[in-house]
Amino acid sequence: MAIEKSTWTTKAGLAQMLKGGVIMDVIDEEQAKIAEEAGAVAVMALERVPADIRKQGGIARMSDPELILRIKESVTIPVMAKARIGHFVEAQILEALGVDYIDESEVLSPADDEFHTDKHKFKIPFVNGCKNLGEALRRITEGAAMLRTKGEAGTGNVIEAVRHARTVYGEIRKLHGMSEDELFTAAKNLQAPYDLVKSVAQAGRLPVVNFAAGGIATPADAALMMQLGVDGVFVGSGIYKSGNPAKRAKAIVQATTHYRDAAIIAEVSKNLGEAMVGIDISTLPQDQLLANRGW
Amino acid sequence: MTVGVLALQGAFVEHEAMLRSIGVDVRQIRLPRDLTGVDRLIIPGGESTTIGKLMVMYDLLVPLRERIAAGMPTWGTCAGAILMSRRILDGRPDQPALQVMDIESRRNAFGSQLDSFEADIDMIGLDAPFRTVFIRAPILQNPGPACQVLASLADGRIVAAREQHMLATSFHPELTSDDRIHRYFLTL
Repeated sequence: MAIEKSTWTTKAGLAQMLKGGVIMDVIDEEQAKIAEEAGAVAVMALERVPADIRKQGGIARMSDPELILRIKESVTIPVMAKARIGHFVEAQILEALGVDYIDESEVLSPADDEFHTDKHKFKIPFVNGCKNLGEALRRITEGAAMLRTKGEAGTGNVIEAVRHARTVYGEIRKLHGMSEDELFTAAKNLQAPYDLVKSVAQAGRLPVVNFAAGGIATPADAALMMQLGVDGVFVGSGIYKSGNPAKRAKAIVQATTHYRDAAIIAEVSKNLGEAMVGIDISTLPQDQLLANRGW
Repeated sequence: MTVGVLALQGAFVEHEAMLRSIGVDVRQIRLPRDLTGVDRLIIPGGESTTIGKLMVMYDLLVPLRERIAAGMPTWGTCAGAILMSRRILDGRPDQPALQVMDIESRRNAFGSQLDSFEADIDMIGLDAPFRTVFIRAPILQNPGPACQVLASLADGRIVAAREQHMLATSFHPELTSDDRIHRYFLTL
């Protein structure tokens, strides 16, 4: 019996198993256990949540391998970790650590302002952020087995995640209605390979799972993103920068499962304590917008 | 016939699509009231800890156990198989589960995502090998006397088993285009 490891089906398939779930940012074992206890489907191991990266500034890099391993030891659910855009050696290190997924993330400082990591070269699957369909398809072409909206991480403000989800799904709906000759120009405008554009147009959907990320802070935010069509939700600063992380985490998990049931979302939204303060994104200078990173 | 697919979390849409392509009515199950009129049940792959917790929070454990005990054909894939097994090894100590099938499961038995794999395996009830997809998969072990092993890996580790109207597979037929195991389940 021949066994084939790290096939495309196993890479994209793990993301399929995470659907309908919440992936939570955690900075230590204690937070990881709270996340697992709340019903998270996976954790993202990192040294600082995006809100702190934003506040403290400086260069944000891959987390300490020791920290990632400790978090990996503390839970039974999958563990993801972030590498800088284009920093394929950080990605190699994360692969050597045996994490379950690598997030090539704009939340960290990019290491390359022209090239993303060639993700086909890795046995570990990658998730990448996207603001629109062109970015989504370019990342898939580079080997991403899962996507997420970029949103605007560390703001507790869902507006950018909404914009990115609406843009991606709106562009797919437009492609779906195009005639074959229009698809050639669509591929040119999307700056994405024609064959991939054509298959998305025919299927009317992305070939990989797409989660929401960047600014989700409440159960209602999570359900909003689910109703807009994403497959699941990343929550970063929104949980551990709030008044009662365990309770809020559990509520966001429930709202993601029952995203069309307003009575349940109302029930789980009661008495969650203070939400993270949040930032009005229009007050941020252009050079502090993380979503603009990645090409 | 209506097949319910537990839709708390995981790859339930893939099962639905496969069942629809066979021509079966499908319904998503999130709450106990959704079970009314459902003849069969699939518990999909996903995270067994998450699905188990949501089963407890929304009072699904008891009605599901009762329906399965009363003979409702039920199939668990991966996390679903874990939730059906009588005992979970390498899980969280307090991990809630249905515990309806007389077999044990060992979570993440192959290791991390790096050890996820595909292989062609023979299965009792199928005429030709099946392309199986294992993702952070469990194995099954110590089947009780009423439990029939349907498929094993070359090293003998059990990956599919049946006990009367219950079926457990540690792999994911719903991620392939091969509907033979779905059709097999519909004959139970």
